[in-house]
Amino acid sequence: MPTYADINGQRATGRTAEAQPDRVTMRLLIIEDDRDASDYLVKAFREVGHVADAASDGEDGLAMALDGQYDVLIVDRMLPKRDGLSVIGTLREKGIETPALILSALGQVDDRVKGLRAGGDDYLPKPYSFSELLARVEVLARRRGSRTEETVLRVADLALDRLSHQVRRGEDEISLQPREFRLLEYLMQHAGQVVTRTMLLENVWDYHFDPQTNVIDVHISRLRSKIDKGFSQPLLHTVRGAGYMIRDGAR
Amino acid sequence: MTALGKLFRTTTFKLTLVYLTVFALFAAFLLGYFALNTRRLITEQITDTVNAEITGLSEQYRLGGIRRLVLVVDARARRPGSSLYLVTTFTGQSLAGNVTALAPGILDSPGWTETAYRRLDEPENSEKPEHEALVRVFQLPGGFRLLVGRDLDERERLYHIVLSAGRWSVAIVIVLGLAGGLFVSRRVLRRVDAMTETTKTIMEGDLSGRLPVAGTGDEIDRLAQNLNAMLERIEALMQGLKEVSDNIAHDLKTPLTRLRNRAEQALRAADDDTEYRAALEATIEESDGLIRTFNALLMIARAESGQARDDMNEFDAAEIAHDVSELYEPLAEEKGIALKVEAEAPARLRGNRELIGQALANLVDNAIKYTEPPAAANGVVPEIVVRALNSGERILLSVADNGPGIPEADRAHVVERFVRLEQSRSQPGSGLGLSLASAVARLHGGELTLEDNHPGLKSVIALPRGGPLQSAG
Repeated sequence: MPTYADINGQRATGRTAEAQPDRVTMRLLIIEDDRDASDYLVKAFREVGHVADAASDGEDGLAMALDGQYDVLIVDRMLPKRDGLSVIGTLREKGIETPALILSALGQVDDRVKGLRAGGDDYLPKPYSFSELLARVEVLARRRGSRTEETVLRVADLALDRLSHQVRRGEDEISLQPREFRLLEYLMQHAGQVVTRTMLLENVWDYHFDPQTNVIDVHISRLRSKIDKGFSQPLLHTVRGAGYMIRDGAR
Repeated sequence: MTALGKLFRTTTFKLTLVYLTVFALFAAFLLGYFALNTRRLITEQITDTVNAEITGLSEQYRLGGIRRLVLVVDARARRPGSSLYLVTTFTGQSLAGNVTALAPGILDSPGWTETAYRRLDEPENSEKPEHEALVRVFQLPGGFRLLVGRDLDERERLYHIVLSAGRWSVAIVIVLGLAGGLFVSRRVLRRVDAMTETTKTIMEGDLSGRLPVAGTGDEIDRLAQNLNAMLERIEALMQGLKEVSDNIAHDLKTPLTRLRNRAEQALRAADDDTEYRAALEATIEESDGLIRTFNALLMIARAESGQARDDMNEFDAAEIAHDVSELYEPLAEEKGIALKVEAEAPARLRGNRELIGQALANLVDNAIKYTEPPAAANGVVPEIVVRALNSGERILLSVADNGPGIPEADRAHVVERFVRLEQSRSQPGSGLGLSLASAVARLHGGELTLEDNHPGLKSVIALPRGGPLQSAG
């Protein structure tokens, strides 16, 4: 299983067959009281080309976030001086809509609901893998950039019509089952971004548990056989150790 | 504290005392009121008669002068009874009548008086006049005075009879009430003492003790029953906790040791990047497995503690059956297993969708894991059927396979945490799937049962429609 560096490709020489996400530099604020964890995150985000600042308690974090210069906030749930949910709640009250991802040692369903209700945009239970965090943060940043709901999603010669529920690759019409359609739709909405297995389970199936077995992989390979089989240019890529990504490899 | 002191301090006895006081006061008031009223009634009667007689006698005086009055009074005074008469001159000299030894000055003030007196026909031996009378003195024209009265003995006697009856009744009420109160308190106290005794042994660490239930169905019995149910639950939780710690010790320490060994080994022996990389990858994989096990444990603990009850909504179990089957269908197909769903009717139920979905997913996951691929199954087509059925007040979610099944003796055993049957140790998984399904079922007031599918295993989660609260109430 590769480390996060693989995703960036800096050290993944000889693994060039793997897809690389379209990466735009983000400015991140990490509000986390565990110095080791936050140092690690700052370093890891920098290695993949983003800019990350760190705050070690709720008050500092709130003050820094209030500047509004960040693309995404990563907020620990339990913080000294002011807890994470209160930081996000205060920001939202002041009209600052910077997307926030909540990190929490409390990984249960109702805790997640509480976090999202307080104004958080995503929720990741500890312990998490960096690739999971990175994928989610990038999705949050992108979501902020373009919120337009296109009716037809396109990646290379693959087109998905969200109104007529038709999928075409080049001239061929591809018939998908409803769930496969939603899976493809989610992947195409985040084209060029890594989408993890848990993100797929959450967004396509609406379950927040770990299915223990590689069920998602099987769904992906089915989908792949429908959209990529017989075409010289594969679109649906596996990002090792992280998840999947749909992108135009020729670009 | 003495036994008696303890008895007096019981709530029952205190209540008895309060009731007794209230009741005794009430009885005393009632009887006193009755006695006073009787007395008043008699007085009124006397007054009426005396007034009538005075009117009659003054009429006689008007018609026939003092002579006629004296004659009439004399005649009346001789009759036996309690009537008293006296006619005097204005100097106080007695002319006729049956009364003597009146208190001085009585005759000078006309009107009603109560006075002591002695009848003329009584011997003069006693110093003190023995009788009380209610008399009216009337001034006749010509200076004569007429006194008519009635002896009050009868009135006083009656009054005293009623009064003493009242006193006795109150005394009897108090004595009987106290005795009854003590009796009831002692009975209650004995039961409470027995409960206290049991509680003490339980506090000392013997969780298997149970409070005595008398079988009368009263509030103490209900309390005892509820406390027993609570103890049952606590005992189960403690047992569970002990098992968890044992299992954590066993099933988490093993992979942790592996993890550590591998890292150590890499540090010591690896001499190029590829080997380090491989060791690190293995480390991550191992920790992911650990995290998964840990999450499952937390989830079970949470389901068992009942916290997730806050997060319940109404949803369709048939939909869950379809969703979960759809999620696992490609996996089953890959293994050559036919995964079918039979969930036609809407099966609405109140619960935690996420947890029930996970429980069902675990059952399907297990079924897929333990069903033999067609090649190994001697020509039997492997098949898994997921069902959601309405069954009276319950919803049955079941997963049936035609795999190897579980021997009957092992069925209760496999629901326990971490237990995986010997022959399945080779399969991946934390061994927590069935435990979680069972914990989720219990959280909803239902149960997980494992049945024989002839051949194969049928796992059934039975859930009450209304959620846990309705079934508990």
